[in-house]
Amino acid sequence: MLPAIRTRELRKVFTSAPPLAAGGGFAVRRKKDQPAREIVALDGLSLDVRTGEIFGLLGPNGAGKSTTVGILTTRVRPTNGQAWIGDYDVWAQQVEVKRLIGVVAQRPNLDFSLTAREILLFHGAYFGIDSRTRSTRADELLDRFKLSDRANQMVRGFSGGMMQRLSIARAMMHDPQVLFLDEPSAGLDPQTRLLLWEIIREYNQSGKTILLTTHNMEEADALCQRLAIIDHGRNIALGTPAELKASVPGGFLLRLRFATHSPELLERLKTLTGVTEVRAQNDGVDVYADRGGSLVSEIANITAAASVELSDVHISEPSLENLFLHHTGRSLRE
Amino acid sequence: MNWKTFLALLARDAHVARRSFVQLLLQTFLQPMLFVFIFGRVMVSSGYMRPEYKSLLLPGIMAISMIFTGVWAVAMPLIAEFQFTHEIEDRLLAPIENHWLAIEKVCFGAAQAVVSGLAVIPAAWLLLRPGVDLNLHSPVMFAGVTLLVALLSASGGLALGCSVGQTQIGLMFSMVLTPMIFFGCVYYPWSALASFPILQKVVLVNPLVYASEGLRGALVPQFPHLPVIVVFLGLVIFDALLLIVGLRQFHRKAVT
Repeated sequence: MLPAIRTRELRKVFTSAPPLAAGGGFAVRRKKDQPAREIVALDGLSLDVRTGEIFGLLGPNGAGKSTTVGILTTRVRPTNGQAWIGDYDVWAQQVEVKRLIGVVAQRPNLDFSLTAREILLFHGAYFGIDSRTRSTRADELLDRFKLSDRANQMVRGFSGGMMQRLSIARAMMHDPQVLFLDEPSAGLDPQTRLLLWEIIREYNQSGKTILLTTHNMEEADALCQRLAIIDHGRNIALGTPAELKASVPGGFLLRLRFATHSPELLERLKTLTGVTEVRAQNDGVDVYADRGGSLVSEIANITAAASVELSDVHISEPSLENLFLHHTGRSLRE
Repeated sequence: MNWKTFLALLARDAHVARRSFVQLLLQTFLQPMLFVFIFGRVMVSSGYMRPEYKSLLLPGIMAISMIFTGVWAVAMPLIAEFQFTHEIEDRLLAPIENHWLAIEKVCFGAAQAVVSGLAVIPAAWLLLRPGVDLNLHSPVMFAGVTLLVALLSASGGLALGCSVGQTQIGLMFSMVLTPMIFFGCVYYPWSALASFPILQKVVLVNPLVYASEGLRGALVPQFPHLPVIVVFLGLVIFDALLLIVGLRQFHRKAVT
């Protein structure tokens, strides 16, 4: 079977501010007579998402996640490279592709001139669903997303969480084979987030492929069967959450902070049992190891012997955050 | 081309228009009717204007109502939906080529313009009577001009709506639409500019001139007006031009 989503060497260079949510942290200003400043949002991204899996794109703001979703959903034209949904080339066969996909954008884009129920009904009509099926399906979705009591209200007055739920219901309305969710749980309360996760899993169990972007570790870990970690428009790691976490040397990360450090100190830290890698940072040292808390006293002894005053020690357990740090030297939240 | 989707998009716009019917009504009729009342009624009955002015004014009022309705119906939602609310995104993901969404907007805007144009005639006639001397000598020509004017307004709305930034809406009215109206031969026939020969040539780049003169020729041919062939040529050229520009701009907005 063909992968549900394929991209080959996707590259996107923006010469003006990136649109939609693809903007991330960018801000582009250009003076007259100056050449357009180019921003490389995607830099040769190749991905294969299998049919029927929940695939996550994990990365910080501005990594290129939304641009990837934009290209795969026909809204952004790639500068180079190609993308396919099933058999169809996304750029060349847009109508066929649009039939297969459902999209939840990062920021709400609900039709403010309509009520919640009408939004679902008209969305169904755009996809040529007959009116009886439309009506039944809209009611089911409103019920599933706990929106039935607001079904006939204009969405203008909805809270952010309600709009997000309705956006997802709308994307599912025509029962798409591939569902794109760009930061689906941003701004949702924990209870709604759990409801959303449950619905996503359920939709996936009916054989559908789901691609979601997130910078939330917990979500990627809990929901995704496979993940690609994206940074600066490149795919820097790919695998199941467990595989990715296992790929971090040692698994545990101890971030030590002190004013000064010397090469000798680094060497001595490396000799400790269980330490797999030591990396110097501006304001301290990152120690990757296969154990956490039990190392602290030994580290304290070494630093005291070297007359270095430790100002902070932070221990993190094996996580995707550590993985990201390991690959990029930056925190996902930065 | 996917008719089901196209019709659903039209149905959505019709549904939204029905919901804001009263607002649309006021938007379409208030200004032209005030104008008709002041110039056609007050100025004429007080003797500052000649009684024939009533008949001369009516086609101009029809043209301006149609242009305003069409531009407003297409441009304003596009400006808001592309820039503020992004609500057009759902329709851009409907299984139809993007340009059909733009064409749907133009069709709907043109239909609204036709309705407003046809409704303005009896409304203005009621307000102005007696003394309005309409002479519909060729219904086919009237229908042709009306459709081309409607298309002009909606294509103009598409071109403006996809080119004007959200901060420039006020500018669009003061810099584009207002001069267009005053130099659009709405309140006077084109021949009245004869004593300003340069201006008379320059206003020919204003598509509204062909709209008012065309409707004048179709409804009150007893007054001087541009030849029918010039009117049709002008309208067809501007329709095509604005539609092409509008579609190009729409595409640039829809895909990055």
